[in-house]
Amino acid sequence: MFPSRFRYEAPHSLDEAISMLHDGGDYVKVLAGGQSLVPMMKLRFASPEMLVDINNIPGLAYHRADPDGSLHIGALCRHADLEHSDLLKETQPTMAAAAPLIADPLVRNRGTLVGSVCHADPQGDWASVMMALGASVVAQGPRGRRAIPIAGFVTGPFENVLEPDEIAVEAVVPPAKGARSGGYLKLERRVGDFATVGVAVAVETSGGTVVRAGIALTGVGGSTIGATEAAAALTGKPLTPESIAAAAELAAGAAQPKTDHRGSAEYKRHMVSVFVRRILGATAPGATERAA
Amino acid sequence: MTIVYDDLGDEAASEVPVRKIRFTINGQKKVAEVEPRLLLADLIRRGIGLTGTHRGCDTTNCGACTVLVDGKAIKSCTMLAVQVDGREVTTVEGLASASELHPIQEGFKQEHGLQCGFCTPGMMMAAKALLDHNPDPTEEDVRWALSGNLCRCTGYQNIVKSVLWAAEKLRAEA
Repeated sequence: MFPSRFRYEAPHSLDEAISMLHDGGDYVKVLAGGQSLVPMMKLRFASPEMLVDINNIPGLAYHRADPDGSLHIGALCRHADLEHSDLLKETQPTMAAAAPLIADPLVRNRGTLVGSVCHADPQGDWASVMMALGASVVAQGPRGRRAIPIAGFVTGPFENVLEPDEIAVEAVVPPAKGARSGGYLKLERRVGDFATVGVAVAVETSGGTVVRAGIALTGVGGSTIGATEAAAALTGKPLTPESIAAAAELAAGAAQPKTDHRGSAEYKRHMVSVFVRRILGATAPGATERAA
Repeated sequence: MTIVYDDLGDEAASEVPVRKIRFTINGQKKVAEVEPRLLLADLIRRGIGLTGTHRGCDTTNCGACTVLVDGKAIKSCTMLAVQVDGREVTTVEGLASASELHPIQEGFKQEHGLQCGFCTPGMMMAAKALLDHNPDPTEEDVRWALSGNLCRCTGYQNIVKSVLWAAEKLRAEA
């Protein structure tokens, strides 16, 4: 298989890339890791007229914490960079749990977090993780830069709100309001398969009280699902077996799973509640036994 | 190197967008003129004639087409050939010297790490990337590193043993 014919440009600066997007025609795509775009082009699900390859643009491969505690992930930061990041292991438990579960090691060497979020596959893991963390995507275009919260960035399966001449240059996770805990659990048939069910939980605790919580679901609906009611059930109180059980039920209720070759709708919905309890049980000492 | 393109008879066909790239493959410098939609796996197999890199699933699943680009193991069916401009590619043919097998190849022979052999080049290249940065891997490290490569003869047990054998040999040589 090979893609249909396209024009290819590999600019060396963001400004150049943006003007190519602006002037390039009706259907121009940005190529970063290419681990979703190239397969889609080979299957002719996507046939862009032109690709703007951003891999030669310097200064986009970073991930770093700013002094205010916010985490910035550049458009060319690969999954493997995040998998092996000490910074993530120390400060971002939800992201550190998700990074080794993205696709397989070969894909992780090429694919990028920002690209995955832009691709907006309902079965993409990073969009859920970023949603649970309340992250934003920073888009840069001819009219300047703007930050778009993830909840409003992904509008449906394979759809986001980027303008045709905008590039997603980084993702930003806001500073924590307390101590971070949480995780990401993914049920998959084998390494590299799409998630049957994925659950991202991010909790911030201060003085024994949950001051911020986010829960988001992968693979159990037409797009990434933010389980906002489930997260609200955790906020403003200590993590207890009761609050965890309530959040698990609400998260399962927010899922919109469909029966397919990966499992029945009932099974997937049940696994959402199991995963929420499992992650939060590990988060709340002493709660595991009763919550599991 | 000659690659023949389909003449689709339309306006686009009169102007096939061909780009000139320079890259290194197994230590040899090359120049190629490629259409942007040519995949790296096809540049390697059809353009250069190195057929050790296998095309298995062609859908980013199986890892039979694994090669190293600047030392990183990637699936060559999921990278455009134009993207290796200025980069260094290593294929399975780059492992052995003229007179002897690479320890990874020797390991697969000693530990019977292959049956049909179709997945083997990809397995070896993923193993090479692992051993280049982790000379003393645990069994779990090996399984983890090979988790993007599928073997349909269900021979993983011996493949893992082969890589551990090679790791030991390479450490002894170092």
